[in-house]
Amino acid sequence: MTLPTMFRRSLIAIALGVTVSGPAVAQERELLNSSYDIARELFAAINPEFQAWWQEEHGEEIAISQSHGGSSAQARAILQGLRADVVTFNQVTDVQVLADAGLVAEDWQDAFENNASPYYSTTAFLVRKGNPKGIESWDDLVQEDVDVVFPNPKTSGNGRYTYLAAWGFAENEFDGDEEQIEDFMRTFLANVAVFDTGGRGATTSFIEREIGDVLISFESEVNNIRSEYGSDDYEVIVPPVSILAEFPVAVVGENAERNGNSDLAQSYLEYLYTEETQRLLAGFNYRVHNEAVVEEFADQFPETELLEVDDVFGSWDEAMETHFGSGGLLDQLQRR
Amino acid sequence: MSQLATWRTGSTRVLPGFGLSMGISVLFISLVLLLPITGLFGQLAELSLAEYFAIITEGRVVASYMVTIGAAAVAALVNAIFGLLLAWVLVRYEFPGKRLLDALMDLPFALPTAVAGITLATLYAGSGWMGGLLEPLGFQVAYTWVGIALAMAFTSIPFVVRTVQPVLEDLPAEVDEAAMSLGATDGVAFRRVILPHIWPALVTGTGLAFVRSLGEFGAIIFIAGNMPYETEITALMIFVKLQEYDYAGASAIASVVLFVSLALLLAINIWQGRFVRRLHGGKG
Amino acid sequence: MRRIGDAPLIRRLLIATALVLSALFLLLPLVAIFAQAFSQGVMVFWTNVSNTFTLHAIGLTLMIALLTIPVCLVFGVALAWLVTRFSFPGRRILQTLIDIPFAVSPVVAGLIYLLLYGRNGWIGSWLDTYDIQLMFAWPGILMVTIFVTCPFVARELIPLMQAQGSREEEAAVTLGASGWTTFRRVTLPNIRWALLYGVILTNARAVGEFGAVSVVSGAIRGQTNTLPLHLEQLYQDYNAVGAFACAALLALIALLTLAAKAGLEWRASRREAFA
Repeated sequence: MTLPTMFRRSLIAIALGVTVSGPAVAQERELLNSSYDIARELFAAINPEFQAWWQEEHGEEIAISQSHGGSSAQARAILQGLRADVVTFNQVTDVQVLADAGLVAEDWQDAFENNASPYYSTTAFLVRKGNPKGIESWDDLVQEDVDVVFPNPKTSGNGRYTYLAAWGFAENEFDGDEEQIEDFMRTFLANVAVFDTGGRGATTSFIEREIGDVLISFESEVNNIRSEYGSDDYEVIVPPVSILAEFPVAVVGENAERNGNSDLAQSYLEYLYTEETQRLLAGFNYRVHNEAVVEEFADQFPETELLEVDDVFGSWDEAMETHFGSGGLLDQLQRR
Repeated sequence: MSQLATWRTGSTRVLPGFGLSMGISVLFISLVLLLPITGLFGQLAELSLAEYFAIITEGRVVASYMVTIGAAAVAALVNAIFGLLLAWVLVRYEFPGKRLLDALMDLPFALPTAVAGITLATLYAGSGWMGGLLEPLGFQVAYTWVGIALAMAFTSIPFVVRTVQPVLEDLPAEVDEAAMSLGATDGVAFRRVILPHIWPALVTGTGLAFVRSLGEFGAIIFIAGNMPYETEITALMIFVKLQEYDYAGASAIASVVLFVSLALLLAINIWQGRFVRRLHGGKG
Repeated sequence: MRRIGDAPLIRRLLIATALVLSALFLLLPLVAIFAQAFSQGVMVFWTNVSNTFTLHAIGLTLMIALLTIPVCLVFGVALAWLVTRFSFPGRRILQTLIDIPFAVSPVVAGLIYLLLYGRNGWIGSWLDTYDIQLMFAWPGILMVTIFVTCPFVARELIPLMQAQGSREEEAAVTLGASGWTTFRRVTLPNIRWALLYGVILTNARAVGEFGAVSVVSGAIRGQTNTLPLHLEQLYQDYNAVGAFACAALLALIALLTLAAKAGLEWRASRREAFA
């Protein structure tokens, strides 16, 4: 007897709770930004700025919600009905998937400057204090006694960039000799100590579990890690050749329209290109395009040759198919 | 005996609620369980038979079956022994802290698997409390096959304890008193008298633990290391396919796990049914 | 009379082994969670817990659990009654079907719901025309939680009700008691511990489910983020202390339910002793 009454009471409480909180939330317009995993701190800093700016410009109070996850998982969620107004991803392919499904405009890369990528980064190394293994570039990573940590290219966009950067380096180094490139890549992959599913998992393995001699991740990320875990214990190495990692943004047209947020979504993404926001982004160790900001932060970002996926691999689609698809080159290189 | 037989066969008529319970059960199973499963088969229908077999027999996937089944088998075996020991101690002996130990048995069920995974990885990595002790001895747990088995064993130990415990409790004292009075040693008496009684429960519990281990993802992924061909579990293969938007491929591998698990569970249920029937004097 | 394993040496050896192994294998992880959660002091723990997003995640998680339990309870009792009190063709299959959630990996469980009720699914697309959204909102989380937790109550009840047989209930019915009265007065007292244990398992799993929920939740902070999802995000944000603070909360919920179970058992055994 007591159990059912208890349940009934709690059910009523829940019902009340839901109805009371329901309308209160629905009053102001709400923008949903679907983003990649490691951008939580970034957008937690940007959103209040935009809210204040919008309030000043339009006299309207708005709310911004964030959804974070692996970039592919986020795109999949939107395909299946997550009503995000804008996407801010770290993978061009994941926005393209949405465009192919008609949720994002076909010409999304022209909708905003710089291929709709308000900021960019590259792949860099984090090594332990004093760089005991003397790691400066990609060819130092294939030495026998070097243990490498980076996320699984199969599950992580971050890992894919690392793989492509190493490949791009090898292609330059060996003048496109397939056999030598593949040998290089095979040794490189065999040096991996742990394949975590995501970038932050790899960080944990390297920092907390003290595995490996070098962590490979986005330049922004390794710099953040270094400041987070103590600049004395780790060093950041930006290799002389690396890959351009774009962080594409797009308005999810269908959802924004449905939510009545089209104007808001457009302004939000444009806001990422303003000088203040670009400065904020640079503060988070992302490379930006705004010239004034670039000059200001020149010391922070060493000059390096940035390979582009389109130049080395034809296009993202081709790179995905030949390298990362089922039975693709990655699978072949890891085969025993 | 004949009276019992009449009651049992007559039960369909005597007890009420057949319609109601049948209605609720069938409705629930159809809506909550079967309907979504059709979605899985809908995805499979997009594949030809040849494609299906190509996906589920791909080298890396097959290697992951081996890792998963091997680790699950070791975990289940360890749990069978450890679980039996715990159930025995909890039922047969009085000692301080018994209540606590009993409550602790449910912990792996109560703890979210992701929490278990993070915690185990923290403990058994070289920098952790346990790893710091074991690794100097040349015994590495985290990021190896042993770590996978450990995580599986942790998440599934309650299955064995909680299945064996009630059976041991119901075992009348006369059973082993008789055995002891015949002069058998403890070991022999246990093997000859106790084990046959609890054997079905032990097998059921171990089987459930094994099935649970086959599908576990959250607890394992942090401690596995995820190296191709060595420490990749099947659940990770499904996850990888999902990342590639390959729903059909994910469903194909998932269906293999589903069929194997369901077959095992059906076998366990039939086994359990036999056992109950034997208890009721071979009738029914 | 001496029973098997009563020799003092064996007894002590077995107890000691059990205690040592459980301490290493089960207790140590629990201690590690709390040690990590409080590693920077009670204040930091409190700041992490009283964060708006954490509080919302706690509320959502508890609400989902409270809604899941009655559903699983009704279904579990109905199914157990059906398969243990009546014999009919297909009984064994029905009993195995209920195990499907055990056989399906949680991530796949989330996926199949998404494929059916998502925007492109055949039920989801139909609901979408009426602007009803189940996935990436709390109803979706509730649905997959029910899916993964529904076997627990039934699984606990079936072996027990099978072993007890239906003689007592048949006697009651023969004596003229109504079906409902029979269930309440005869069946319920017999199965209450198993029922309670089933509820505890259901609750534990509902509170802690991660894999299935992560697929259908959308993980919108302050809206569809459950405590386990929130925990994972904190962990990803290098806030290990915050993550373990949430883990400690989840462990605390688990310990409270276990304590509640122990307390009820104790009260009941005392009442029986007096009667």
